[in-house]
Amino acid sequence: MSLELESEIAADRPQATTVNDPHSATSEPDRPVTLITPPKGLMFPDLRAVWRYRDLLTLLIWRDISSKYRQSVIGYGWVFIKPLVSVAIFAFVFGRLAGMSSDGAPYPLFALAALLPWNYFTSSLSGVSGSIVGGGGLLSKVYFPRLILPLASLGAGLADLGLQLFLLVGMMVWFGFVPGWSFLLLPAFLLLTVATSLSFGLWLTVLNVRYRDVGHAMPFLLQSWMWISPVVYSSELIPVRWRWAYGLNPMAGVIDGFRWCVLGTRSPDWMLLTVSTSMVAVILISGLVYFRHQESAFADII
Amino acid sequence: MPLPAIRVENLGKRYRLGATHSHTLGEFVSAAAGRLLGRRIGHIATPKLPDNASKQVDEDGNFWALKDVSFDVQPGEVVGIIGRNGAGKSTLLKILSNIVSPSTGRVTIHGRVASLVEVGTGFHPELTGSENIYLNGAILGMTKAEIRRKFDEIVAFSEIDHFINTPVKRYSSGMYVRLAFAVAAHLDPEILIVDEVLAVGDIAFQRKCLGKLGDVAHQGRTVLFVSHNMPVIRAMCTTAACLENGSLTHTGTCDTVLDTYLLATSTQTSCAADIDCTQIACADPAFALRRITILQQGAPTTHVSASLPLDICLSYTVLHTTIGLHVYIQLYDTDDTLLFESLHNGSYADVPTVPRGTYSSRVRIPADLLSPRRYELRILASIHNARSLLPSPIRVRLDVSPGGNANRAYPGYLTAGKLSPLLEWETTLAIPDSPAPYL
Repeated sequence: MSLELESEIAADRPQATTVNDPHSATSEPDRPVTLITPPKGLMFPDLRAVWRYRDLLTLLIWRDISSKYRQSVIGYGWVFIKPLVSVAIFAFVFGRLAGMSSDGAPYPLFALAALLPWNYFTSSLSGVSGSIVGGGGLLSKVYFPRLILPLASLGAGLADLGLQLFLLVGMMVWFGFVPGWSFLLLPAFLLLTVATSLSFGLWLTVLNVRYRDVGHAMPFLLQSWMWISPVVYSSELIPVRWRWAYGLNPMAGVIDGFRWCVLGTRSPDWMLLTVSTSMVAVILISGLVYFRHQESAFADII
Repeated sequence: MPLPAIRVENLGKRYRLGATHSHTLGEFVSAAAGRLLGRRIGHIATPKLPDNASKQVDEDGNFWALKDVSFDVQPGEVVGIIGRNGAGKSTLLKILSNIVSPSTGRVTIHGRVASLVEVGTGFHPELTGSENIYLNGAILGMTKAEIRRKFDEIVAFSEIDHFINTPVKRYSSGMYVRLAFAVAAHLDPEILIVDEVLAVGDIAFQRKCLGKLGDVAHQGRTVLFVSHNMPVIRAMCTTAACLENGSLTHTGTCDTVLDTYLLATSTQTSCAADIDCTQIACADPAFALRRITILQQGAPTTHVSASLPLDICLSYTVLHTTIGLHVYIQLYDTDDTLLFESLHNGSYADVPTVPRGTYSSRVRIPADLLSPRRYELRILASIHNARSLLPSPIRVRLDVSPGGNANRAYPGYLTAGKLSPLLEWETTLAIPDSPAPYL
């Protein structure tokens, strides 16, 4: 009787399962049953296990945030200095010298509205793609849901992004720029930014475990990616009939949406936004399944 | 019958030889081409494996780090897992801790598990001691609330309360491991899996850690403990399991398994009572050992009684006159602790000169000295301060059974200790029938 029930559990959730059911005939009260079997098939990650380990997730995020600027004089000042310097350079080169269109907003504001999601994307994508290899010491010594590591790398960058939003608001006040109602949609696009970083990050971090080429390619990849995303220019420049193709780069949709929320001057190309969002959904779900499929081998390969 | 705390059934772990770490483009292409052609391309160099591991490689070139391992651990059992390096102990613990997944078989665990493969996992050098307590605790599976509750206890145990707000990168290595172990020691699982983490800190701290672990064991928790430290395993564990080349070779009570293992690993140990040494010990130009005989009551035997004297007869040839030649015996227990040694001319006042010739020496281990246990006798020869005359000591296993003298008054009581000399006691009645302890 007890064995039958256990094998049912084993069949539908391979590798390891923890069931905590006090009424179950197999376990005495408060005795979780863990089953460890060889992995098989394609599965979705066990998000309940991630939830059980939420304390670890928050502590890892907090560890990254609080250790990042230790023993640094400027400390959190760096969160503001980096985007400000970039914005100043972009405003001079592309706004002043090249005279690029900025959707009718001041160019510095136009650039900052794109740089915030873009900087978050680059820092968290490199963080997430290195998270499994970088966490090798942990992975081979302790059990925890492996998904915690990429998720933690996502979280650390959010603190920077949150602080930089204050910078954005400050700059809007400086330019006397009043946002429209679309500003309220900002959280939705923040979420899309995070999802985009996670979706690509999951694929890259798993590939990175087997092929360290990912680590070498990252800086180059991100630099190229910036030029094909509407960071310094407006997606207005792309011919309308090619907008859908441009949207295959999800960061195009993210940045367009972000700009719309902040500047409110030009509503986004809905076609582009739909393509970008669907891309993120597909890459994210496939990334999660791929991650689940590969995670049991992480400790063996690293 | 209660459910076992851990049930392991036909567990196996397979590794593909040589293919794990090196995925270069060239290999990738040739492997893909091989798949297209429907055959295996044998370009992957098989790493050199120890001879005894060759039987762990199957016909497909896979290496089985564990194969067909099955056992049950009952709740409250403290199990020592022993075996040589590479026997699969760590792989087993990693599977039980859910760090790596098995290739075959399955494990069912009833209860909350914590595993300790290493102390200080996830310590961040920039963070302070107290921050690392939280972080490390969470990594080991504690909740924040749980850590907060035990925080003071952990700090007290680690003995570094003054430095708790200093970044751990400024700690000495001793402080670092003490803090790390303090966190680990306050895990509160039903099942604890420990892999050789006790070799940390100074002797006093090691003792404290062992004490803590012993407490855990005595609280009725289930403990799985891998170590090479045999006395520790003997002191803590009730049962033991021995792994060899990925398979379980013996399980049973701790003493039985350890004794079997230790004597199996000392490869040259003989249990013969009469050894012809002319074949094995002729490496030295000055000396040749001929024969070793172990006698009790005139009959050669290695199963001896504690209450009778034991004679060891050595016969050897000195090929040219040698200054400072010693033939000697050493007695070891099964944990490889030297109990005593005795030189054939140890009582001489000067460095002796041994003239050329064939000798026979006899040394007597008196009655009522050995305990009823297993020993290893080693026979050695050397030139004082110069060189050893045998390629390696000749090892003989001695099984001592309790004699009549040791437990006449309390039959069934075995004297504690590695030796049980029958010492002379003299007790006199000084003040008969004294009313108070002292006047």
